[in-house]
Amino acid sequence: MAKSTARSGSALRRSARAAGCALLAGTLAAACGSGGGSSAGSASADSLSVGLIAEPASLDFTTTDGAAVPQATLGSIYEGLVRVDQQGKVQPLLAERYERSDDGRTYTFHLRKGVKFTNGAEFTADDAVFSIDRVKKDWKLKTARQMDVVGKAEKTDEHTVKVTLNRPSNGWLYAMTTRIGAMFSRTGVSDLAAHPVGTGPFKLAERRRGDRIVLGRNASYWGTAPALSKVTLKYFKDAGAMNNAMLTGGIDVVGTVQAPESLSRFSDTNRFQVIEGSSTGEVVLSMNNSREPFKDKRVRQAVRYAIDHKALVETSRAGHGKLIGTMASPTDPWYEDLTGRYPYDPDKARQLLKAAGAEGRTVKFRVPNMPYAMSAAQVVASQLGQVGLKAEIEPLEFPARWLSEVYNKADYDLSVIAHTEPRDLWTFADPGYYFRYDNPEYAKLLKDGDSGKPEDETARYRDAARLLSDDAAADWLYLMPNLMVADKSVAGLPVNQVGEGFDLTGVHWTKKK
Amino acid sequence: MRVFLRRTASLLVSAVIASFVVFAFLSVLPGDPAEVVLGTNAGTQELAALRHSFGTDRPLVVQYADWAQGLLHGDFGVSYISHDPIGPRISDRLGVTCWLALGGMAVAVLFALPAGVLAAAGHRRPAGALLSAVSQAGIAIPAFLAGILLVYVFAVRAGALPAGGYTPLAEDPAAWARHLVLPCLSLGLVQGAVLTRYVRSAVLTVLHQDFLRTARAKGRRQWPALWRHGLPNAAVPVLTVLGLQLSAVLVGAVVVERVFVVPGLGDLLLQSVADRDLLVVQGVVIVLVVAVLVVNVVTDLLYHLLDPRLRSR
Repeated sequence: MAKSTARSGSALRRSARAAGCALLAGTLAAACGSGGGSSAGSASADSLSVGLIAEPASLDFTTTDGAAVPQATLGSIYEGLVRVDQQGKVQPLLAERYERSDDGRTYTFHLRKGVKFTNGAEFTADDAVFSIDRVKKDWKLKTARQMDVVGKAEKTDEHTVKVTLNRPSNGWLYAMTTRIGAMFSRTGVSDLAAHPVGTGPFKLAERRRGDRIVLGRNASYWGTAPALSKVTLKYFKDAGAMNNAMLTGGIDVVGTVQAPESLSRFSDTNRFQVIEGSSTGEVVLSMNNSREPFKDKRVRQAVRYAIDHKALVETSRAGHGKLIGTMASPTDPWYEDLTGRYPYDPDKARQLLKAAGAEGRTVKFRVPNMPYAMSAAQVVASQLGQVGLKAEIEPLEFPARWLSEVYNKADYDLSVIAHTEPRDLWTFADPGYYFRYDNPEYAKLLKDGDSGKPEDETARYRDAARLLSDDAAADWLYLMPNLMVADKSVAGLPVNQVGEGFDLTGVHWTKKK
Repeated sequence: MRVFLRRTASLLVSAVIASFVVFAFLSVLPGDPAEVVLGTNAGTQELAALRHSFGTDRPLVVQYADWAQGLLHGDFGVSYISHDPIGPRISDRLGVTCWLALGGMAVAVLFALPAGVLAAAGHRRPAGALLSAVSQAGIAIPAFLAGILLVYVFAVRAGALPAGGYTPLAEDPAAWARHLVLPCLSLGLVQGAVLTRYVRSAVLTVLHQDFLRTARAKGRRQWPALWRHGLPNAAVPVLTVLGLQLSAVLVGAVVVERVFVVPGLGDLLLQSVADRDLLVVQGVVIVLVVAVLVVNVVTDLLYHLLDPRLRSR
C-alpha cells in the first residue's frame, strides 16, 4: 500500500510541477511583455504628471474647504484680478492695473480686454461684480467673511470696476489673491463641484475620481500660452506609493515630499532634482491659552525655552525645516528672524515652571495622526519631560476627530499642526480661535495695520509678530519647507509656495523626454 | 430548489440585520461630515446650516428610515462631500475591485492546486516538505507586505511593471493587465499559500481512501484514478475554503488598493471613513456584506451539486 502511494505520488508530482510552472510563467510573461516595457508618466514633451497627496472631493472651493481644491484650480483654471508673486508681492492679473484712493477705501480695477472664460463668455466688469457679490451671498466658508469689508462693488464701464470698502483694509487686497478673489462667469457657476469655468491658462480636461485630475491647455487663453499642453495631477494616499511612482517614471514630479527621510532614494542627480523652498506652513505647537497651566505666561515661556528646535528638526524632519519663532514666513513683508527670543535653555524652563507651580504637571497633548505631527510631538513630549512637564500624547484621527475636538471645541492643552494659510497672524486676534489667545493689544495692532497706510501694515504687523513671540502665545516649531522631487529635465517649478494655487504656468521640459 | 429558497431568505435577513448594525456603528463614530467639509473654515452658523442641508441634524431613527427606504429602491443617496449620487460611484469602484478579487483568486487557485497536489504526493520527500514550508511562510506574510516587496522587486528594481495606478479595461487592455499583475499577485500568493495547505491535506486524505485503492485495483492508472475518483472527493473541503477566501480577498483588497493606488471599493471606503462621508461608507459596507453573503450562498449551493449525499437530505 505504502509503496503504491509513493509511486502514484511521484508520477503526480512530475505532472503537477510541469503544470504549475507553465501557468505561473505564463501569467508573468504575458504581463511583462504586453506593454513594451515603458511605464513613463508622460508620453510627450509637453505633458507633465505631478504627484500630490489628498484628492479634492469636490472642485468647488466656494462650499468645500481644504487646501487641495485651490491647489489644483487657482492660477490654473481660475484667476483673480490680482495675484501674488514668488516674493509674496501683489501683482495685477485680470486687472491690467488698479488704483487705491488716498483714504484707502476705494479700489479701481481696470480689467484686461479680450479675456474669455472657457465656456466662451467674455470676462467683463459684470462678472467681476458678480464674483465679488457672490462671495458674500453664496459662499459657505468662514474665509468668505474677508469680503465683509466690501461695502459695494460696482461697474463703472464694461472694463472698470470700483470697489468701495466700509473701512480701509490692506488685508483685503491680499485676500483678493486667494480663492475668494477668483473670477467666475455669470453663466458658469451651475456645477462648480464637477465643471469649473474660469479664465486661466488651463481647463479641466478629465477627472477620474479617486485617481487624477487632468488639466488641458486653454486654447483661447488671453496671456502667454503655457508650455505644457497637458498636466496630470495624480493623487496618492500613501507617501511610499508616490515615491515608487516617481522612481519608476509613473510621475515626473513629487509635488509635496511627505517624509523628508525618503529623499535619499532620489540621490541620483542624473535622474532627479530636489527642490526646496519656502512655504506659508508654520508648524505650530499650540497651547490652550484659556486653560491651566498654559493660562500662565511663565508656563508657556517655559515650553518655548524647553524645546531644542534645531534638534527637533534634525530628528523629526531629517533637517528639512526652517526655524522661525513667530506666526510669519519669509515671504511675508513683516517677517524677521525671531528664533533668538527663546533660545534652548532647559534650566530657565525649569525655573519658570517652578515659579508658576507647574512642576510635574501632566498636560493633554492631542495630536493629529499625521506623520510630521506625530514625530514632532514625540520629540516635544520628551524635551518637555526633561524639564518636568509631563505631556501625554493622544493621537487623534485627522481630519474628523482633530477638527471636532481640538479645532472646534478647543478641548486640549497642547497640539501640533501646520497652519498653511498665507498671512495668518489674524488667527491669534480671534479669542474664539482654538489657540484661545485673548490679547486686546495684539488685536489692536492688527487692526491698525490693516486700516493704515500700506507701509503702516508692515510696521504694525511686525510689532504684532514680536508681541506674539514674546508673549509665548504658542511655540513655532519650524516652517514646513516647500519640498519637491522632479525629473532632472523639468524646469520652472514654483520654488516657493506662496499663494494657494500650484503655479504651473512656467513649467516646461528642458529637453525632450 | 427548497435549499435555494431557504438560503436566499436567510441572506435577506442577514442583509437587513447588517444594514442596521452598519448604521448603528457609524452613528456612534466620533466626527461630523459637516465639520470635515468646512474644515478650518467652520463657523457656528455655517456648521448648523450645513448639518441642516445634510439632514444630519434629524433624529437617528428618521435618518435610518430615510436611508433604508432609499436603499430598497436602489437609491444609495448623494455624497455629503462631493454632491454626486453614490450608487454609480460604488458600481464604478466595484468593477475595479471585482477584477482585483477575481485576479487574486485566479492566482491563488493556479498556485495552490498544483502546489497542494504536489506537496501531498511528495509529503515524505524533500520537495513536498519544502513546498509545505514555503506555503507556511506565505501564510505568515500579510498581503500589504507582499505588495511592498513585489513593487520593490518588479517595479523599482526591474522596472518591468508599473508600481501602481489603474487603467480601465475599455481604455487600454494591455495597460489594464499590466497594472493588475502586481496587486493580483500580492493578494493571490498569500491566499494561495493558505489554500495550498488545504489542498494538500484534502488530497492526502483522499490518497489513503479505500475507494482509490479499489479503483487502482480495477486497473486504472494513478493519474486517471485520482482525477476521476479522488479530486471530486477532495473538492468539497477545498470549496469551503475557497468561499471563505473569496470573502477574505474582497476585504484584503482594501489594503492592497491603497498600496498600489488602485481606485477600487476599498480605497473609496477608507477615504469616505476619513471624510465621514457616512452615506458612502454605509453604501459600500452594505455592498460588501451582500457580496460576502452571496458568495457564501453560492458556495453552499455548490456543495449540493458536488456531494450527492447532501442532495438527498
